[in-house]
Amino acid sequence: MKSLLAVLTVLSVIIGLWYAACVPMNIKGVLDQAERGGEVVEPATPKARRDASAIGLIVKNTFVISRSWSVERPRLPAPHQVLDELWGTTVEKKITSKRSLIYHGQVTLSATLLGFAIGTGLGILLAVGIVHSKVMDMSVMPWAIVSQTIPIIALAPMIIVVLYSIGVQGILPKAIIAAYLSFFPVVVGMVKGLRSPDGMQLDLLRTYHASTNQGFWKLRLPSSLPYLFASLKIAIAASLVGAIVGELPTGAVAGFGARLLAGSYYGQTVQIWSALFAAAILAALLVFILGLLERLILKRMGV
Amino acid sequence: MNMQTSPETASDGTASMSPVIAARDLDLTFQTNDGPVHALKGVSLDINKGDFVSFIGPSGCGKTTFLRCIAALETPTAGQLTVNNMSPDEARRNRAYGYVFQAAGLYPWRTIAKNIKLPLEIMGYSKAEQDRRVEEALELVELSGFGGKFPWQLSGGMQQRASIARALSFDADILLMDEPFGALDEIVRDHLNEQLLQLWARTEKTIGFVTHSIPEAVYLSTKIVVMSPRPGRITDVIDSPLPKERPLDIRDSPEFIEIAHRVREGLRAGHEHD
Repeated sequence: MKSLLAVLTVLSVIIGLWYAACVPMNIKGVLDQAERGGEVVEPATPKARRDASAIGLIVKNTFVISRSWSVERPRLPAPHQVLDELWGTTVEKKITSKRSLIYHGQVTLSATLLGFAIGTGLGILLAVGIVHSKVMDMSVMPWAIVSQTIPIIALAPMIIVVLYSIGVQGILPKAIIAAYLSFFPVVVGMVKGLRSPDGMQLDLLRTYHASTNQGFWKLRLPSSLPYLFASLKIAIAASLVGAIVGELPTGAVAGFGARLLAGSYYGQTVQIWSALFAAAILAALLVFILGLLERLILKRMGV
Repeated sequence: MNMQTSPETASDGTASMSPVIAARDLDLTFQTNDGPVHALKGVSLDINKGDFVSFIGPSGCGKTTFLRCIAALETPTAGQLTVNNMSPDEARRNRAYGYVFQAAGLYPWRTIAKNIKLPLEIMGYSKAEQDRRVEEALELVELSGFGGKFPWQLSGGMQQRASIARALSFDADILLMDEPFGALDEIVRDHLNEQLLQLWARTEKTIGFVTHSIPEAVYLSTKIVVMSPRPGRITDVIDSPLPKERPLDIRDSPEFIEIAHRVREGLRAGHEHD
């Protein structure tokens, strides 16, 4: 009960700040419109208002404050406008409609999941190699780290162009960009996890004259699962970011990335914000599902 | 006198056989950043079949290192060491011994029964044989009925018993124990000592047992090896005159107190060398 109160307090503070921020962000537009509608505003001309401070304009025209939360094309949309748009483009639109966020979400989600699967598989394979081979540890790990220092936004167009030139297009380029972001946390977590059994545990297997293979399946792999799940949560969120970034440079027609791009072309801030929120909700949902899976599996393992 | 003959008659049947574990002039030097550390120097010892040998001494005297050499977890830098007339590493490959560590080290994701199965799975026993041996091992350590529990559901003493069962499950002739009860409280420890003696009497295994505790060493052993540090070496080997049958209150008998005294003297003598 107490924690619920704390959560609600934080939430209401954020929403309160957001509404407050809408006023100075949108005040000039609101005043322009009021002036065109024949109302008396202070100062009277757009030119005079242009260099005035937002706070000053608010103080002089307090009667328009409430209107800054319902501007048609706001600089910063109010929370209820974003919610309205989210509701309208998910529940009230048919899934087949190009304006449905569910439709766009599903496009991004499929690239995210495919990328996540590729990234996780690759990450685990690399980690197994790194743990078992000193040469791989020294030769692969530095490149894995270097790969993450390159901004994905710079790399994504190149990946798409290169893949397009060899005839690969559609979901795969996006998935590869998603995989590029998601394999790294899996490698790092899995290497740590596979190395987590202590000397005593390894000695014990040695006294049984166990093979490396048996040591892997019976000790290292089960020991690594808690680490793997922590990594998977990071990886799936990174994978979603990768899929969205992958949708930007192609001017893709579908997906959250396409919605963001279209929104910024046409100054549709409400559309941008609602796409952002939809992406955040999707990421939260994916992480939550992984969390459930983690609890279920680790509980069955008694860890 | 009768007391002393019982271990001897036990080895009479195998009189023609050489010791199960034989060490001659064993040296082990670790190279560290602070220079060489002489973990073992000139260690010679014979352990016969059915012996219960305790290694006692202060930290750094090499008692654990010696046990690890027998288990082929460390390699001596000089001297000869044979286990079942083989090199320690061959003996390890032949699964000649079960090893019990200070921590139980049970896998948290396996039940007690599955934990005991671990060595059996690795050694390729059939499913039916695995189940039979798990039951047998659980019974030996008085944990029958706990096979389905997970380690966290058991007390520390029970976990350590489960780890002993795991070391016994593949029925190696030698049991090596490295301070197995070191982390347990006095009362649990007494109880486990009693159980261990019964188990030893039933299975007739050769046991190597590392400990810090004088009463524990005297109570359990047929042979007490007193060691001292820098360099790690043996300062005294005491063949215990105590009978094989040992109730807990034997610890108040004059014989017991006398041996304990000799062990203490040996430990003190080791320190005077410093």
